[in-house]
Amino acid sequence: MADFMNTPLLRVVTCGSVDDGKSTLIGRLLVETDSVPLDEVERARTYRRAGSVIPVGEIDYSLLTDGLEAEREQGITIDVAYRHLLLPSGRRVVLADGPGHEQYTRNMAVAASDADVALLLIDATKGVRQQTMRHLTVCALMNVGTIIAVINKLDALNFDESIVDKITEQLNEATSRLGIQSTLVIPVSALLGDNVISKSKNANWYQGPTVLGALQEWLPSKSLDEAELRLPIQSILRQGDWRGYAGTLVSGKLSIGDEFMVSESGIMAKVSEIYISGVPATKAHAGAAIAIKPDREVDISRGDLLCGTTAPLQPADRFSADIVWIGEEPLAHGRSYLLISGPSSVNATVTSIRHRLDVNTGHEDAVRQLSLNEIGRVSIATEKPIPLDLYSEFKDSGGFLLIDRVTKQTVGAGMIHHVLRRSFNILAHKFEINKETRASLKAQNPKVLWLTGLPGSGKSTLANEVEQALFQLGVHTYLIDGDNIRTGLNKDLGFTAQDRAENVRRVGEVAKLMVDAGLVVIVSLVSPFRGDRDSVRELFEAEEFVEVFVDTPVEICAQRDPKGLYAKAKAGNLPNMTGIGQGYEPPLNPELRIDGTADLTQSTAAVIQKVLKLS
Amino acid sequence: MTQVRISTDQVLDALEAEAINILRETAGAFKNPVLMYSIGKDSSVLMELARKAFLPAPIPFTFLHIDTLHKFKAMTEFRDRKAAEIGFKLLVHTNPEGLNGAVTPWTHGAQEYTRVMKTVALRQALDAGGYDAAIGGARRDEERSRSKERVFSLREPGHRWEPRNQRPEMWRTRNTTLSDGQTMRVFPLSNWTEIDVWRYIKRENIEIVPLYYAAPRRSVIRDNQIIVLDDDRMPLQANEQAVERLVRFRSLGCYPLTAAIESTASNMDELVAEMELMRVSERAGRLIDGDREASMEAKKTEGYF
Repeated sequence: MADFMNTPLLRVVTCGSVDDGKSTLIGRLLVETDSVPLDEVERARTYRRAGSVIPVGEIDYSLLTDGLEAEREQGITIDVAYRHLLLPSGRRVVLADGPGHEQYTRNMAVAASDADVALLLIDATKGVRQQTMRHLTVCALMNVGTIIAVINKLDALNFDESIVDKITEQLNEATSRLGIQSTLVIPVSALLGDNVISKSKNANWYQGPTVLGALQEWLPSKSLDEAELRLPIQSILRQGDWRGYAGTLVSGKLSIGDEFMVSESGIMAKVSEIYISGVPATKAHAGAAIAIKPDREVDISRGDLLCGTTAPLQPADRFSADIVWIGEEPLAHGRSYLLISGPSSVNATVTSIRHRLDVNTGHEDAVRQLSLNEIGRVSIATEKPIPLDLYSEFKDSGGFLLIDRVTKQTVGAGMIHHVLRRSFNILAHKFEINKETRASLKAQNPKVLWLTGLPGSGKSTLANEVEQALFQLGVHTYLIDGDNIRTGLNKDLGFTAQDRAENVRRVGEVAKLMVDAGLVVIVSLVSPFRGDRDSVRELFEAEEFVEVFVDTPVEICAQRDPKGLYAKAKAGNLPNMTGIGQGYEPPLNPELRIDGTADLTQSTAAVIQKVLKLS
Repeated sequence: MTQVRISTDQVLDALEAEAINILRETAGAFKNPVLMYSIGKDSSVLMELARKAFLPAPIPFTFLHIDTLHKFKAMTEFRDRKAAEIGFKLLVHTNPEGLNGAVTPWTHGAQEYTRVMKTVALRQALDAGGYDAAIGGARRDEERSRSKERVFSLREPGHRWEPRNQRPEMWRTRNTTLSDGQTMRVFPLSNWTEIDVWRYIKRENIEIVPLYYAAPRRSVIRDNQIIVLDDDRMPLQANEQAVERLVRFRSLGCYPLTAAIESTASNMDELVAEMELMRVSERAGRLIDGDREASMEAKKTEGYF
């Protein structure tokens, strides 16, 4: 029976830069454990890259560990390289190596996310540096089980014990501050091989294991078998009338007859059949890929999480989390992202950024955005409740990714720090009088007409005409104008991309309340960013949101310039002016496009016609 | 100090569980996934894993084979027999440009032949099927440039591999969302090594194409490598003479481009025993890779598998 308790696949992250001797250490581990083929080693002895000073015949370890042709040619680095070590004990090591440049915090976070062990290289001739602190901070954040501090280049310092003592003292101070539980210090010379594979004769004062020994002897501090049941469902298996639910048992164990709960719904059932990798079984251990059949018909979908019934995991919709920002565009609060964790996904908004962590000093700075490679603590609201654990307890169900909804790129990696609101608190109060009843009293279909376009495109003029026309038709309306809202509700906001996102979000929420009140709402707002507008669209039902693109060439807007904004921007006094300093992203598929240079009466009629048609 | 001993079975169990997790995620997250079936040992392992991942339900993937018309006869026979036996849906595609012997390694050279009959053919088949995910048997240990390959590897429109756009993989959470024209290649065997594949084949008693076992085969030596003459199409050079040699294959592909190794391993026990001692890399036997440094990477950027 499959048993993963002794960690047959050990996941290791290497931290350090090439200057610390990282290639040499990894290369030596690869070569001396026979984990690379002989022809590769032979090539590393004979082939030389331009500028190499390593004599032919010796192994150039960097040739075994270096990256892709594309990286060398384009001078870029792809986040993480994965290699395998075949240890003599039979254990397999998956070595994740992130390029060590200072700016690539994200690479290290990615490489460390799954790691049981971190090999942290410290150049003994340089001691504990800012880089070391950065690596330790990221390892602590990603909850790496054990840190093995590899004090390298001791051959250059006559294997002086006092230097290692001093570095150990500095390390201990840092690890206890960061709450790192398990640390091991190994003095090595990667160049000469001391304490990498075999014991050093030069550092005879050292009694501990070699790097290889430490990797072979590592055991997890707690057994995943003993932890709470977590079974995220990936696929539904169907064979005739038979229904099974397949997923990886990420923690806990499960036997036939055990009771479980579907976290999302609270529904309970018992296990009546278990398959491990397709083979019928009576019991499964943590780590196994299993399928189960419940003893009764229950509604389980892909993305649901099965947990135990004694201490079930309650779904929640408000979290605080640490985020490593991976996206090229900064994280702006108020934007909607797709949050995924294992097989489940939900729309989520970062409602506030609490602080940014300075990975070198540990300081927490107040900021309004997070940029690429930055780490911060944020609050997150999800569209519907989702069962997420604390990351410190469960990496799989406590870690998540944020996806940009337009580009589909992964832009953030998050670790749940605290659950702010479980869903049993938030059953929305259902009132007897609702949107439908209010709307029917007014005999109209509430909706929002969202007029977007450049400043001076004619939105306000058109909005005004449209409202008058609707009023004459007996429609209950309200007009929200961007400029007016900024004098009151949004007077705390400026014109940066982040503030614009928040401006649009608030106007969207206000419009939603008014639609709920049964009104036809006309919004006149530049709202330059597609993502922001799309987030607002999601607040509404399908027919309720009518995006109207007032399309006027920027030259004409600048000529009109009713508020003198283009003149100011030209003089350099308005750095964030849409169409000048900031881009405008036109709607790709608006419900209606109005030519802003056309006759106003005709344009108004077109809008009215659209509204009536949708009514 | 404790002595932690790990058995090969434990390693195989862990690799198996990881691969099944990846296959199930692919089945659950994509609308129209396809399994690229090359008939080789890695494909045979993939097929077994796909079977186990969904038992007792059937395998939810279509199998796609790119037939270059120069595969070993034994491979084609094996493919058709397996499809009938296991009952998976098999799709075979050949680039029409190469029909009737129009494109061969000896008329077009290995590189151009591979581009037309493999790379372009694969793109044609994937586009025609509208597949949003294609599962392959590639492993990270096969070649240095693969060490940076993702398990879920994003392809831009036109199947281009854009190194800058690869997504970080964390925990067991994978971003499987796609924007217009993007597709995903999925590699469940990423963390397997060649010896893992052989040990698993032995343990699970997986049937493989007989070409993997040593037998006397008519062959020539070309560029210091043994090329088995599977049929009479390959023109011999003046100095070449077809001789019977006791050989087998470590990996299978198009017969004119796949080198055999001398071996006496004629059954599974002998084969695995021989592989346990093998110290040179698998790709040392593939003619097409030697062209230039990082040539596999260049092919991948074009959409080669």
